[in-house]
Amino acid sequence: MPNIKHRNPKEIMTLSRLGSFYQSKLSFLRSFIREFKDWEFNKDLFDLDENGYGTAVYSVKKDRRAYSLVCFANKLNSADRSDRVIATKWDAAFVLHDGVPTKDDIARLKENVPKQEVGRVSFKELTLSRANKSVRIFEHTVDALASGKQPDEKFIKDVGYLYRTTAVYGSGKFGLADRYRIKERSEICGPFRLEMMLVYLVRQFTFDQVNHIAKSRNPTKAVRLSDSIARNLGIGNSTGLGMAPFIVNHPTLLHNWIYSREDALKQIRSIEKVEIKDFNKFKECFKKSKLNINTWKTDSEYQINKINILVKDLEVFEKNYLSDFKFKADFLWNELYLWIEKELTEEGIEYIVSMLMEPYDSIVNPLIEKMSSEEDLYFDIPGERLVGDLKSIIKNNYSNILEIDFNSSKEITNFWFISKNKEEPRLANRYEEEGSELEQPLAIARDVSKLFQRLNDYQPSKTIAEFLMANNDLRHAVRRCFIIEKFPYSEIQDNTIGSELVPIDMLRLKLSFFGAQKFDPRSDKWLRINMYQGAPLINELKNTDDTWVYNRL
Amino acid sequence: MRTSSEIETTSKRATKAAGFPWGIAEEVGKNIKNLELLSISGVENLSLYLELAKGIEIFGPKEISAENSIAPNSFCPFYTGSALLDSANKVEKIKSLTLHSINFPILLIPFINRLSDRIGKKIKLQIDEHTFLLNLNKFISTNSNLKGLIIDRAKIVKIEIQENEDSFQSKVWDQLYELSTETFVEETDRLKENAAGAGLADND
Repeated sequence: MPNIKHRNPKEIMTLSRLGSFYQSKLSFLRSFIREFKDWEFNKDLFDLDENGYGTAVYSVKKDRRAYSLVCFANKLNSADRSDRVIATKWDAAFVLHDGVPTKDDIARLKENVPKQEVGRVSFKELTLSRANKSVRIFEHTVDALASGKQPDEKFIKDVGYLYRTTAVYGSGKFGLADRYRIKERSEICGPFRLEMMLVYLVRQFTFDQVNHIAKSRNPTKAVRLSDSIARNLGIGNSTGLGMAPFIVNHPTLLHNWIYSREDALKQIRSIEKVEIKDFNKFKECFKKSKLNINTWKTDSEYQINKINILVKDLEVFEKNYLSDFKFKADFLWNELYLWIEKELTEEGIEYIVSMLMEPYDSIVNPLIEKMSSEEDLYFDIPGERLVGDLKSIIKNNYSNILEIDFNSSKEITNFWFISKNKEEPRLANRYEEEGSELEQPLAIARDVSKLFQRLNDYQPSKTIAEFLMANNDLRHAVRRCFIIEKFPYSEIQDNTIGSELVPIDMLRLKLSFFGAQKFDPRSDKWLRINMYQGAPLINELKNTDDTWVYNRL
Repeated sequence: MRTSSEIETTSKRATKAAGFPWGIAEEVGKNIKNLELLSISGVENLSLYLELAKGIEIFGPKEISAENSIAPNSFCPFYTGSALLDSANKVEKIKSLTLHSINFPILLIPFINRLSDRIGKKIKLQIDEHTFLLNLNKFISTNSNLKGLIIDRAKIVKIEIQENEDSFQSKVWDQLYELSTETFVEETDRLKENAAGAGLADND
């Protein structure tokens, strides 16, 4: 019987490893579809003019619960179209309303939702977003449909969506309902469910809008977008640094996400007798997924290199492991895992780890319910603990970090700050830019290292309460140390301000848990992704197969 | 209406901007959110205190004891509240302690409420003439109208740990219990033998 343990957080929580994560059955897009597939989806209002501008409402209902997406599509001059967060106008703006909106609600939302950050919504609204057209694809699709043809599949495949969102807000922002108002709802089984619902409904709106405009342009000749093309269009998303602080600021939530993945892997590796049907499902998903890599387009050298490494890894796996594989049920997954760990890079390992979950709903589904966190429960510092305890915690959990020399300027090159004009996180070089005195507390490695040194001045028998009375400047770091003691995957085990930091690694970690695909870095600080590409259309939801993520044009 | 999330984030950032460390600012953010959820004027007290704090030297206790004073100065509610919360075990042992002169003591309330939860006992908090009973970070009862209450400085703040004891006399309890037994069924020998699922003896 092999001794199978959870993987070591010090190896898994490095930025290069986290930046190699892929979507899996644990991802929120996929769990949303599984959990809401038997809900009733309707288009309740579609009041658009011939150019596609106007208001639409979509609802999602079950029993006494209803959620409604309210969409506002507006004319936008090309000069105003920008994916950056500094934009003030968009092609469309969306809000997810709790229940069925009244006429007054819609009038109120029409005044505020298109303004996004400078508008104001209420506790009756749950998530807020905006999106811009991919002008090339949108116009091509409308033109083709209006002339009675389907759009060019190859052309569409290169982009993969009609619209891309530039932000999706929730949890109390701009007046939206706080999380405590909805967290007890039985259908909210994990994080970001309502954000995922909004994006799914926005996708449907984009299809309905192109069909409507095409029909308006040419009522006699226009055809509807075929289901097979629509199914393989997702919603794009431009994501910047806003996501990076999130994973630092929510340590127990981060732990729960990573722990779920690690626990799934441990349980799968521990299966003593693997059934051949499960092995075949793994192989089938692996083969289908490989085809998708060919449609992964990016101009980013960094990402092209990562894709090449992945492709090479998967070829090695197929050639050296799968091709002459003799099925032997005993601890098959564990043997496979040990092989990939030895032979492949982080890209290949994490890709296959995601794939290993595919046959196992029974393992994955119970973990999904544990992916949220009540962070306030772990906020208080146990002041009665001793300085000696805290030193041991740091030695046990942050040993890699203690090796970094934070006296070296290259290890503290960057600082995180909040921009005054958009209240969004940013990263800058502290030796070249002003403002490092307003640094955000996101350099956990540096601060824990400083804490460890400061603790050396105190007797191990002193209490943390006594230590903090003179050292409250390190209170935030003390808190995190007591969190990591209980939640070993709560901390990035790397330097988040060093000169070699690649911030998009932090974004990719979060986006992989969202279920995003086709990461397309546009710089080292922002990237584009695709969500719901291949997902079932609303009329197909009830009979959907959870492996839709591997369907492609 | 501002959301709890906005109140927490803005309070945290404002506290940092006024010169407090991030770890203290995190505490304050959560506390102000909790005060506002209880309709106590957290935002207003905070805003006034941060204005004051920018211009004065800030003092917290060097240690926690039964009598605490830094005369002629006044305690900061954040450093004092954090120190009390961190020293929960010690406060529980001391049972009753006094703080002489503290700025904006309303801002101390959520720390003491969390302290009550940590210790697992109710705490009576006296801020000059205002009395509060804090119950395990869940409820606050008081003799004062808290809506809009701003106190810029308290001369005396008393913290008394309430032992977990009944608020009623045992005679009253006995009467109530007696009444509750009228929902019970008198057991016959047959019921004694059959209704519990086991026999009369356990000598197996």
